[in-house]
Amino acid sequence: MNSTFEPVIGLEVHAQLLTKSKAFCGCTTQFGNDPNANTCPVCLGMPGVLPVLNKSVVEFAIKMGLATNCTIAPKSIFARKNYFYPDLPKGYQISQYDQPICKDGWLDVELKDGSVKHIGITRIHIEEDAGKSIHDQDPDTLVDVNRCGVPLIEIVSEPDIRSPHEAHQYLSIIKQLVTYLGICDGNMEEGSLRCDANISIRPKGREQFGTKTEVKNMNSFRNVERALEYEINRQIGLLEDGGTVVQETLLWDADKNIALPMRSKEEAHDYRYFPDPDLVPVLVDQKWISEIAATLPELPEARRNRFIGGYHLPLYDATILTQEKSLADYFEKAVALLAQKNDEGYKSVSNWTMTEVLRLMNDLHVSIDQCVVTPDRLAAMVNLISEGVISGKIGKEVFAEMLKSLDEPKVIVERLGLVQVSDTSAIEKIVDEIIARSQAQVAQYRAGKMQIFGYFVGETMKAMKGKANPKIVNEILKSKLV
Amino acid sequence: MNLQEPFDSYRPRLASESCESRTRAHLEEIRKRQSLNAFLSVFDDEAIIEAKRVDERFARGIAGPLAGMVIAVKDVLNMKNKETTCGSKILRSYHSLYDATVIERLRAADAVFIGKTNMDEFAMGSSNENSAFGPVKNPRDESRVPGGSSGGSAAAVAAGLATTSLGTDTGGSIRQPAALCGIIGLKPTYGRVSRYGLVAFASSFDQIGPFGNSPRDVARVLQVIAGHDPKDSTSSTLPVPDYLSAMTGDVTGVKIGLPKEYYSSALSDEIRSTIDRAVQMLRDRGAIVSEVSLPHTEYTIATYYILATAEASSNLARFDGVRYGYRTEHAADLAAMYTKSRSEGFGAEVKRRIMLGTYVLSAGYYDAYYAKAQKVRRLIQHDFFKAFEHVDCLLTPTTPSTAFRMGEKMDDPLQMYLSDIYTVSANLAGIPGISVPAAGDEKLPVGIQILGRQFDEATILNVAEALSGGNQ
Repeated sequence: MNSTFEPVIGLEVHAQLLTKSKAFCGCTTQFGNDPNANTCPVCLGMPGVLPVLNKSVVEFAIKMGLATNCTIAPKSIFARKNYFYPDLPKGYQISQYDQPICKDGWLDVELKDGSVKHIGITRIHIEEDAGKSIHDQDPDTLVDVNRCGVPLIEIVSEPDIRSPHEAHQYLSIIKQLVTYLGICDGNMEEGSLRCDANISIRPKGREQFGTKTEVKNMNSFRNVERALEYEINRQIGLLEDGGTVVQETLLWDADKNIALPMRSKEEAHDYRYFPDPDLVPVLVDQKWISEIAATLPELPEARRNRFIGGYHLPLYDATILTQEKSLADYFEKAVALLAQKNDEGYKSVSNWTMTEVLRLMNDLHVSIDQCVVTPDRLAAMVNLISEGVISGKIGKEVFAEMLKSLDEPKVIVERLGLVQVSDTSAIEKIVDEIIARSQAQVAQYRAGKMQIFGYFVGETMKAMKGKANPKIVNEILKSKLV
Repeated sequence: MNLQEPFDSYRPRLASESCESRTRAHLEEIRKRQSLNAFLSVFDDEAIIEAKRVDERFARGIAGPLAGMVIAVKDVLNMKNKETTCGSKILRSYHSLYDATVIERLRAADAVFIGKTNMDEFAMGSSNENSAFGPVKNPRDESRVPGGSSGGSAAAVAAGLATTSLGTDTGGSIRQPAALCGIIGLKPTYGRVSRYGLVAFASSFDQIGPFGNSPRDVARVLQVIAGHDPKDSTSSTLPVPDYLSAMTGDVTGVKIGLPKEYYSSALSDEIRSTIDRAVQMLRDRGAIVSEVSLPHTEYTIATYYILATAEASSNLARFDGVRYGYRTEHAADLAAMYTKSRSEGFGAEVKRRIMLGTYVLSAGYYDAYYAKAQKVRRLIQHDFFKAFEHVDCLLTPTTPSTAFRMGEKMDDPLQMYLSDIYTVSANLAGIPGISVPAAGDEKLPVGIQILGRQFDEATILNVAEALSGGNQ
C-alpha cells in the first residue's frame, strides 16, 4: 500500500436477527422452508394490511446497543425507505432513519501488532429484510418472500477504520458480539451477517475526506479484506494517475477479485424516507433497559478475563477459546466434567480443545456442535489420563478412535488394549533387557551424559507399545542406571 | 316497507318483519336503482342466506346487537374471497385474502352484508367521478354528484339500498357525501376504529366510519366497530363508552363554538341561513353558542394535500403489477413493466396525487414541503385543542355548497379540492366529526358538521341527535 495515502473506511454491518417470528407479522423466520411458505397477507404486502412491531426485535437491538456502548434512544421511530423491486412487496422497506434505536457507541479492537484501536459506532437501527429474486431457475425471475420481513439490525461505524486489517478485526468483534448475545448466527457465507464498506483515501495528514465509494457483496471475512485492499489500491492508482474518484456503488466479484460499478451517484436512489404512519414511536424507558441489561450474557472480553483468572489459562489459550462463544461453551462444559478440577486439568482440556478439537473442525468443516468428540467424551478421556489409566500419548490414539466409534473413551481403551501398564515388575523386566543390550549408552550416561536418559525412556516405551506409565518408567530407569 | 326508516324504529318489529324480508327488499331496491351505480358487487344469494341465519339466531334469542341491519361496505375494505377494487382498474377482479377487522366485528354482531359500494379511485375525490367503474349519481337528483369519495355508500343509504353503510374518511370522504346525499355520516377520532383491512390512502388520516339515516344508527355501528385492535398499532386502547345512553338529545348547557374562519364569504347564502336556523334551534334548547377562532385555517388545504399525497405515494407503491392486480401486456423489461402497469392501471387523479406526493418527499424538497407541513399540522391541531378548552364541540357547514352537477368541477382539481375545505381539518387534527342533514332553501340537503374533542364521539352524536329532532 502506498504510504503517502491513508484509507478512510466505515463499515455498515447488517445482522439478521434470530427472533422466532418476523419483525412486523407473526410468520416464522425459519430458514430452508419451501419458497413463499413463511408468508401471510402482512409480509406479502397485500392491500390493507398493517405492520405490528415484534417486541423481541427491539430487545435484540438494545442488547447489541448495550454491548457496543451505545446510548439507547428513549424514543425512536420507523421510517419508510421507498424503492421499487420485485422482492420488496410493499414498494418500501420499513427501516429507521433520523431517529434510530441506538447511537454513539464504540468498540476497542485489538490489532495484530498488539495495539488497541478505538472505533466509533454511529448508530444501530432496526429494519426488515427484503425477499430474494431468483434468476437462474426459470426463464422468468422468481421471487421468494420467505425472508421478507425478517428483522435486521444495521450497525454503522464511524469512518474510523484505517486499514483492511482493522476492518477485519472490527468485523470479527461484531460477529463475536452478535453470537455471544445470541441475536444472530453470524454466518457471513449464508448472508446472516452482511458487510458493506464506504471507502475513501486522502493524503496522510489531511483532515478532509476524499470522495468515497461504497463496496457491497463481500460475503466472507476474507473477501472484506481483499475487496478493501483492491478498492484502496484502485483509488490510489486513480489519484496517482491524475484522475479523480467518482462517487459510486461497486459490487465485489470474489471469483474475479475485482469490484465492478453497480450504480453511479446520478443513478443513486432517492429513497424518499419519511416516518411510517402505520407504526407508533418505540418508547424505551430506563427500567426496560435495565431488565435487558440484566439478561445480557457474559461478553467475550469478560469471559476471556475469567478464563485467565478462574482457570489460570495463559492469555493465548483464553483468547483462542473465547473467540467463539460455542468454543468457550465447549471448553466449559468439558471442564465441568473433570474428575479433578485443578489447573493441570483445565490446561489439559484447553490443550486438547485448541489442538485436536479445532483441527478436527477444520479438517471436517464441521461446527463445534457437530463435533463427534463431545465435551463429555473429551472430559472422560482427560480423566483417564489424569487417573493414570492411559498416557497422554495414548490419548491421541483414543481421540482418533473416538472419531470412528461412538464408544466411550473407557470402552475404547479396553477394546484396543491401551490400558497403561503401571505394574512395576513388568516394566522392570523390560528395563533390565534394555540396559543389558545398551551397554554403550549406559556407560555414557554414567559418565555424565544425562541427555542419553531419553534414549532409555524411548526404548522402554517402544518395547511396551507406548502403554507403560511414563512416571514409573522414569523412576525405575533412574534407580537402575545409577 | 320504508327502507329509509332508521334501524332503531324497525328493529323491534324484527320478529314479524324478519331480516330476510328486509334484505330482500333492499336487494329489490338495488335492482330498481341500478342507474345510481352505487354498488360494485352485490351479494344477492349470500346476503339472503346470512339474513336467514340471523333470523334463526333472533328467534333463539341469541342475535347480536346489529341483527336486522343490512349493511353496504365501501369497496376499499377487505372482505375475504370478495372483490376489493378500490374503484380502480389496477385492482379489477382482485379478491381479498382476509377480512378487515371492522368486517369481522360487524359479522360477529350479526349485521348482514349486502354488497360493496362504488367510490372514487383509492378514495381520492370529492364527487365519485374518479371511479374506474363509472360515477355514482346522487339519489336526490341524478344529474348531480353524491359527493366522494364514499359516494356509493352514501347514495346506498340515502336511496334505501342498505340500512347503513361503511365509508372511509381521509379528508371528508364520509361527511361530504353524507351532506350532499342528506344522511348522517360519522368520521370517528383517528385511532378509534381499527384500520386493519382498509386499503390505505393516507395512513395518518384514514378512518372508517358509518353512514345512516339517524344518529342512533351510526352510533350503533360505531359501538360495534370501535375499540383497540392488536393488528393496528395506531388504534387506541381507550375504552369505548356507551354511545346510545349518551344520546339523550338534551343539549342544555352544552357549549358550542362557531369557528369564525369557517363563515367567510365563500359560503353560499343558502348554507349560511340553514346554519343560522340550526344554531337558533340549539340555542332555544339550552345550548351555549359562542364564536371561536381557528387561526391556521387558511393553511388547511395546502397542508393536507402535501401530507396526504406524500403518504399516498408510498402506500400505493405496492400496486406494481408484480404479485397481484393489473399488469401491462407490453413490457420488455422490469422498469417498463412498472411504468406501464401503473400508468395504465391508475386513473388521472390518482396519478396526480402520486406525483405530487413523490415530489414533496424528494431529496431537496422534503424540508420545504413535508417537514414544514408536519409542523403546520401540529399548529392546526393546537388550534383545535385551544378551542376545546372553551367549548365542547364546534358547529360548521360540512361543505361550501350543496350537491353540484356531474362534470362541473372535473376539469378544475383545485375547485374540487376546495369541496373539502371544512372537513379536512378534522383529519389533520385527528378529531371526530359528524355531518347531519338539514333542509335547505332549495330541494337539496345541506350538511351541518359537528366536530368534537378526540375520543368524544358521545358529545357530537348527542348534538346530532338534537339537530335531528330527538328529545323535542
